[in-house]
Amino acid sequence: MRVSGLEYRGVSQVDGPLVFVQGISGVGYDELVEIVTPSGEERLGQVLDVSETAAVVQVFGGTDGLSNAGTRVRFLAEPMRVPVSKRMLGRVFDGLGRPKDGLPQVIGGDLRDVQGKPINPYAREYPRDFIQTGITSIDLMNTLVRGQKLPIFSGNGLPHNRIAAQIARQAKLLREDVSFSIVFAAMGVKYDVAQFFVDSFVQSGVISNVAMFLSLADDPSVERLITPRSALTLAEHLAFDEGMHVLVIITDMTNYCESLREIATARGEIPSRKGYPGYLYSDLASLYERAGRLQGVEGSITQMPILTMPSDDISHPIPDLTGYITEGQIVLDRDLHQRGVYPPVAGLPSLSRLMKDGIGKGRTRDDHPHVASQLFAAYSRVKSIRALASVIGEEELSPTDKLYIEFGKKFEQTVVTQGEFENRSIERSLELGWEALRILPRAELYRVSEEELAKYFDQPAPKEAQA
Amino acid sequence: MSDPQRTSSTPASVGEIVRVNGPIVHARNMAEAGMLEVVEVGELRLIGEVIRLHDGMATVQVYENTSGLRPGEPIYCTGRPLSVKLGPGLLGNIYDGIQRPLERIRATSGAMIDRGEKPEPLDEAKTWPFVPACAVGDDLVPGKLFGRVQETGSVEHRLLVPPGFGGKVTEIAAAGDYRGDEIVCRLDGPDGKQELSMCHHWPVRKPRPVSQRLAMGEPLTTGLRVIDTFFPIAKGGAAAIPGGFGTGKTMTQQSLAKWAEAQIIVYIGCGERGNEMTDVLKEFPELVDPRSGRSLMERTILIANTSNMPVAAREVSIYTGITLAEYYRDMGYDVAIMADSTSRWAEALRELSGRLEEMPADEGFPAYLPSRLASFYERAGMVRTLSGERGSVSVIGAVSPPGGDFSEPVTQHTRRFIRCFWALDRQLANARHYPAISWLDSYSEYLSEIAAWWESHDAQWHDLRDTLMNILQEEVGLQRIAKLVGPDALPDYQRLTLEVAELIKNAFLQQNSFDEIDMYCPPTKQIWMLRILVRFAERARRVIQAGGTLPDIRGMKAMTRIVRMKSTIPNDDTAAMQALYDEVDGELEQLERRFA
Ligand SMILES: Nc1ncnc2c1ncn2[C@@H]1O[C@H](COP(=O)(O)OP(=O)(O)OP(=O)(O)O)[C@@H](O)[C@H]1O
Ligand SMILES: Nc1ncnc2c1ncn2[C@@H]1O[C@H](COP(=O)(O)OP(=O)(O)O)[C@@H](O)[C@H]1O
Ligand SMILES: [Mg+2]
Ligand SMILES: [Mg+2]
Repeated sequence: MRVSGLEYRGVSQVDGPLVFVQGISGVGYDELVEIVTPSGEERLGQVLDVSETAAVVQVFGGTDGLSNAGTRVRFLAEPMRVPVSKRMLGRVFDGLGRPKDGLPQVIGGDLRDVQGKPINPYAREYPRDFIQTGITSIDLMNTLVRGQKLPIFSGNGLPHNRIAAQIARQAKLLREDVSFSIVFAAMGVKYDVAQFFVDSFVQSGVISNVAMFLSLADDPSVERLITPRSALTLAEHLAFDEGMHVLVIITDMTNYCESLREIATARGEIPSRKGYPGYLYSDLASLYERAGRLQGVEGSITQMPILTMPSDDISHPIPDLTGYITEGQIVLDRDLHQRGVYPPVAGLPSLSRLMKDGIGKGRTRDDHPHVASQLFAAYSRVKSIRALASVIGEEELSPTDKLYIEFGKKFEQTVVTQGEFENRSIERSLELGWEALRILPRAELYRVSEEELAKYFDQPAPKEAQA
Repeated sequence: MSDPQRTSSTPASVGEIVRVNGPIVHARNMAEAGMLEVVEVGELRLIGEVIRLHDGMATVQVYENTSGLRPGEPIYCTGRPLSVKLGPGLLGNIYDGIQRPLERIRATSGAMIDRGEKPEPLDEAKTWPFVPACAVGDDLVPGKLFGRVQETGSVEHRLLVPPGFGGKVTEIAAAGDYRGDEIVCRLDGPDGKQELSMCHHWPVRKPRPVSQRLAMGEPLTTGLRVIDTFFPIAKGGAAAIPGGFGTGKTMTQQSLAKWAEAQIIVYIGCGERGNEMTDVLKEFPELVDPRSGRSLMERTILIANTSNMPVAAREVSIYTGITLAEYYRDMGYDVAIMADSTSRWAEALRELSGRLEEMPADEGFPAYLPSRLASFYERAGMVRTLSGERGSVSVIGAVSPPGGDFSEPVTQHTRRFIRCFWALDRQLANARHYPAISWLDSYSEYLSEIAAWWESHDAQWHDLRDTLMNILQEEVGLQRIAKLVGPDALPDYQRLTLEVAELIKNAFLQQNSFDEIDMYCPPTKQIWMLRILVRFAERARRVIQAGGTLPDIRGMKAMTRIVRMKSTIPNDDTAAMQALYDEVDGELEQLERRFA
């Protein structure tokens, strides 16, 4: 083993976020580096490639102000680590886990490698506990379960932050009265976005139960690569050591990916689609897979990453690769937004993959799986009938098709649309779903069973007072 | 047992790391190392494999995270290629990409996987009830049966003389319980004395030998109607399931792993989600194999190299899986292997190739992508094994094209090596029409080979199938017109075609994996459903010809019964299917008579 803190003076090359150091020895791959600028400022970095005499280092604090001769580089012989402790709740940190709220570093916390280690699939517990978010388009159609990773695919100017804040405010389990602790990571977003979340957490009185890791738009871009890892390292500690239920909100993954692309380009790597590195998938997976539940452990990590789709394109590598890793996606729709629908959750492309095991008898209600499936089927008919109507005119539609058009309107206006502070019970959401379906002829509803039709369609359930 | 697969270097030789670039490590003093030899890297002794040799320098891909690894650290040669251990105890297990048992890793390193773990793939302490199948003096050649072990309630493990061994039996253990590594048979062969235990090693990148490749003739029935009836795969065939995210690749593969009519299933989670493997682990032991009546886990081996596990091990997991599959094939079994997803495997190749600074071909993938894909899919097949039995490996690979666009390199190259293409359709998935296998873009080249099997159940099978397929094809053209002029402008008989096509989609093609009855549909029920639908289509057309109208047809009582037959009539209740057939037939006959 080698004593930590080998220090070298001078770097051979500075290129974007990277510095090249020569004449070194005994440096390890991935190890933490301290860079001291000629003016004495300290920045952190990490070894990306190392040979016997040279190392490539990415600098989290940015490379401005570095010079060839005057820069000192100290190799610390340890991985990048952040403190973890329950006492970090209620605090604000930078992307590398250093206090940003003017208070001292928390004492007594463990230091943990931010990279984490892969969870053994054999040790996982399959997530099944229904989370009621109070938002019908999610609870009824794209159910979130505790331990799921469910991103919001949004676009610039769409209300993803309001939806995330609403979920954070309203999320609860049906039968248990445990609330979520929140770990919030912001990468490259503007100050007012971070402030919006702070205000929202303060208003709902949970701020003392929130840890924030902020690497804002004017912070060095490479720091964003560590920010979500710092946040998830804390989340893992809270969930798996302290047994807490943690909701991790990460925004904006698009900025994260851009930083990754910047590093890859600076290293001269062969790009894959749209200039993003070929390992973007694996890199994203190393974040998103840090969610879930473990056998024999009480806690859980539920992840809700937010990303803005460049030009609203869902096939762009960032949403595309995210969708391949996460357990579904909540897609926001600009058209709905422009028509004043809040939350503008797109009916068809949204999906929750863990919904199947989290709903139904004994979890939500017996008819839930079939009602959801029927609503999807009917709404998809609406979409194609609308396309037809735009060619031949609505008057030319068959009587059944006209009913579908009416169903579509009702669905968007009463099932999807709701208030930002409206918290609907799952029964209420199901009832709204049936109400919309009642517009359609009974024979059209082949995804629900005869028994369900008899129970919920034929006699409208008495209006419950839970609205 | 001594191993014929040894490479040249002496295990003692030690090299020195000179460079670390992610999972790729360069080392010197490696003149004695062999290509594809396994090495142990650094003080943590991480597992790696030599992938390039040049002037005493070796390039090694490391199957574990290389954080903290330093130039100057040692690298130890082992003298053998990357191999799997074969023997009783594989079934029911879950391994990582290099056959490390995840259950044991959890026992030693906890919920998170530590580095440098090297647990034995098979439990050395466990004993197995060995039954000899040869006698002293017998002359054994590779592939000959020398013993048996009941490995699980549903699977007998046949112990065969491994390739490279053989000779006269000088000693054979009596029936009784033995550990996997105990010597149970001694041979005196042309190459000297040899010892056989119940286990041996086999290099994963080397296909296991067979005596002959055979033609395929039997379908691998899967219980999914759109596959079995429209795009069937043969035992020993190769199929691809391409689809964008969330279109149903994993669900389809899991459904196949549950219900496909194979004796052994190898399921590889290659660069996909951890929870999906957990799901299988939780669900399979509780499911009962409709054929053996035993737990499905008893016939299943899982390989999990999830997306957050090291990328080099993802590359090798595919070979690990198929080697295990071949091993059971050699015993005369029909084995099906699912790889989810081959795209992640291809991306692992791309990432490693990029780190090796190789010249990229399309979209950064290395130029050898097609040949690697070919060598994987070529390991599928129906064969005559060395022991003279029929065995098969059927391969089903998921493909995850970026943006769901099938024109990308992995989908395109895969198409060249498979004969069954189950294209998943985004529109269908969005409408929650599952399985979202497109009946227009999918194809199976095995159809003609396996039609005879179906025709032995119903001589009309091919005609019935084609009748439905034609209606579905016809619908596409009619829809195109309807989109311009409105469906009402079409004559009644064409609107009937639209109606019937809709019925076929809802009643036959759509199959919900969570429906207690319909998650699996046996061939006999599929045939009955075909008969009912075809009868309906024919008779309804006669009603229209006789002057009936669409509302008359739509108003039929039998309509809802048809739409719901898949989930209301029990799978083995042929009498009920017959009754429904008669009812449909009768109701339409009456209707026709009303107009005639
Ligand atoms: N191809 C292989 N891949 C992986 N491990 C192997 C391989 N061959 C042997 N081993 C492992 O190496 C060890 C020794 O193997 P084995 O007993 O087959 O060697 P051997 O040549 O018979 O040795 P000996 O000459 O000492 O009897 C065993 O623990 C076995 O698990
Ligand atoms: N045959 C099916 N029956 C019911 N639901 C299905 C079926 N196939 C897919 N689904 C639904 O679609 C979701 C995504 O399917 P999955 O197989 O995970 O997609 P992919 O592997 O292509 O990303 C599943 O979580 C499930 O809800
Ligand atoms: Mg551990
Ligand atoms: Mg999948």
